[in-house]
Amino acid sequence: MADTLAARRARPDILGFLQAGGVYLAIAVLLAFNLAFTPHFATAANLRLQLVQVAPVAIVAIGMALVVASEGIDLSVGSTMAISAAVLPLYLGYGVWPAVAIALLAGAAVGAVNGSLVAFARMQPIIATLGTLVACRGLALVLADGRLTEMFDPVLGALGNDAVLGVPISVLLVLVVTGAAAVAVHRAAFGRRLLAVGGNHAAAALAGLPVKRTLVTVYVVSGVLAATAGVLSTARQGASDPSFVGLLIELSAITAVVVGGTPLSGGRVRIVGTLMGALLMQLITATVIQHDLPDSAARMLQAGIIIAAVYVQRGRSRA
Amino acid sequence: MTAVENATAASAGPRAVTRLLWWRPDRAGTPVVLALVLVAGSLTFGGSFASGRNLGNIALDSSYLLLIATGMTFVILSGGIDLSVGSLLALSGVLTAYGSRWGTLAAVLLPLAVCGVIGLVNGLLIGRAGIAPFIVTLAALLFARGLAFAVADEGNTVHIIPADLALTQLGQARWLGLSAPVWFALAAFAAGVVVLNRTRFGQATFAVGDSQEAAELMGLPVARVRVLVYVLSALLTGIAGVLVAAQTQSGLPTIGEGRELEAIAAVVIGGTLLTGGAGTLGGTLAGVLLLKVIQNLINQVGTLTAYYQQVVSGTFLVVVVLIQSRLTRRRTR
Repeated sequence: MADTLAARRARPDILGFLQAGGVYLAIAVLLAFNLAFTPHFATAANLRLQLVQVAPVAIVAIGMALVVASEGIDLSVGSTMAISAAVLPLYLGYGVWPAVAIALLAGAAVGAVNGSLVAFARMQPIIATLGTLVACRGLALVLADGRLTEMFDPVLGALGNDAVLGVPISVLLVLVVTGAAAVAVHRAAFGRRLLAVGGNHAAAALAGLPVKRTLVTVYVVSGVLAATAGVLSTARQGASDPSFVGLLIELSAITAVVVGGTPLSGGRVRIVGTLMGALLMQLITATVIQHDLPDSAARMLQAGIIIAAVYVQRGRSRA
Repeated sequence: MTAVENATAASAGPRAVTRLLWWRPDRAGTPVVLALVLVAGSLTFGGSFASGRNLGNIALDSSYLLLIATGMTFVILSGGIDLSVGSLLALSGVLTAYGSRWGTLAAVLLPLAVCGVIGLVNGLLIGRAGIAPFIVTLAALLFARGLAFAVADEGNTVHIIPADLALTQLGQARWLGLSAPVWFALAAFAAGVVVLNRTRFGQATFAVGDSQEAAELMGLPVARVRVLVYVLSALLTGIAGVLVAAQTQSGLPTIGEGRELEAIAAVVIGGTLLTGGAGTLGGTLAGVLLLKVIQNLINQVGTLTAYYQQVVSGTFLVVVVLIQSRLTRRRTR
């Protein structure tokens, strides 16, 4: 709330930098630990695997960061992934790109429903998107008849598994999405509108900003990005699996947003930080798994890191 | 302090009575919808819906959710949210089964102690350290699920509760035609109503949720209230976990996923505002029953597949909340 322009400009002091950079510091520590103690960590194959695995979460998390900046939340992202995964094989007969386009359109439609419920019907975002979470997972299963569908399309396979100049396509897509979101938020009028709306809906409306249009836009963007993640996951697996794709990804995405330094109270957002938050969580899981520790330990460690990261950033959000 | 108490007591006097009966006109939407759904269900499906057996099943199904949603109501009234309850339900069940090797007392105390500690840590991080409730309880969601899997040997071991244990017999008992968990849930709910409307803690919960700064200025123990609501929520969830384990005679680390969202939905359908400060436990009871009756009705329609059930439940949630916010807005004008 105290996020005036002046406060945002005054941030780059040393303490502020340390607090803001908590997620980078944590990544650096974990990387150093892994380089020193984990065999076969610094191989190209392993690094590429980690990045490809984190790609869907990272893309969903960028959309989530925009929604959170508008003082909202989008719980329906996992189900939106399922819808896009379910739609893909239905339209594959018309060619890959039309099918992908329709999958993304389906994501946009879910986002439009969310956005309209929040902006026009003034529902709490957590309840509106909880409704679409439940309904869309069901809809995806209805569309796919609850079955897993294998797909053998060369273009789709390439999308999921090929690399350009050694960088996997999904990772390139993450970079493009992050860059576009960062430009839109920090360098375009849209970003200023979004942060003003997220900071205070009433004040933004009084200032003559198109509050409702901005709200609908962020939910549509979140829906399209979730659908993109659904297409990527499906392409990588070579199969559309609407019962499991994106399950509980909303929690991972919110975690990435929060650990990356975006407060849930809206009006402020860190796009690159969100990407780093997603990377940090992936790095924790990878470290735990590669040291033969059980999955349960990974979850408990993640819980500790979330609290630690947010505790360190706490002073900044009060300043 | 006394002047403040007098002031709140005077303004809340007649309202507290109506609040106790959950018939505040602006929040009566959910009981009315529930009554309509019950009548429609009985007319449509007759004996298969309105039989004692089926209604008993609905009651048993609702009892666990009612326990969790009662705690969630306190948390949401105080302006917070508790996402950890689904994982805590699983953790409590696993610990009950794990502790049952040392007898009934251990099987009950071990999960309640662990849940109480996790609730206390949640509360301290939120109330004292000032971290957002959503984040703290999201971390607790991960932690409790991880701990449940660790106790259950990564899900490879299912701890079994012996059939001859007093806990099993208690959990599976029936009194006056209703299963034991239903009675436990109703007792906890009644105690919750008294605490919320008749104690200083309950009134302070409303005040803190309405405006934390105003509550602080009034000299209310804001931090203590914010700690206690999370302990309460974790303990009630712990009781629900013990009862689930006693019913199924085992502890599974996978149960309860998404239960937190169901409980939040029940509380919100019951008319409690997510922003805190306004709401009733009676509404929560109606919200819980409405969710479970609708689920049961959807099950009665044999032609609907399980997938369509989810579509209907999700749409239903949105529609009920929409109708209710319209009712509330119109009546309060």
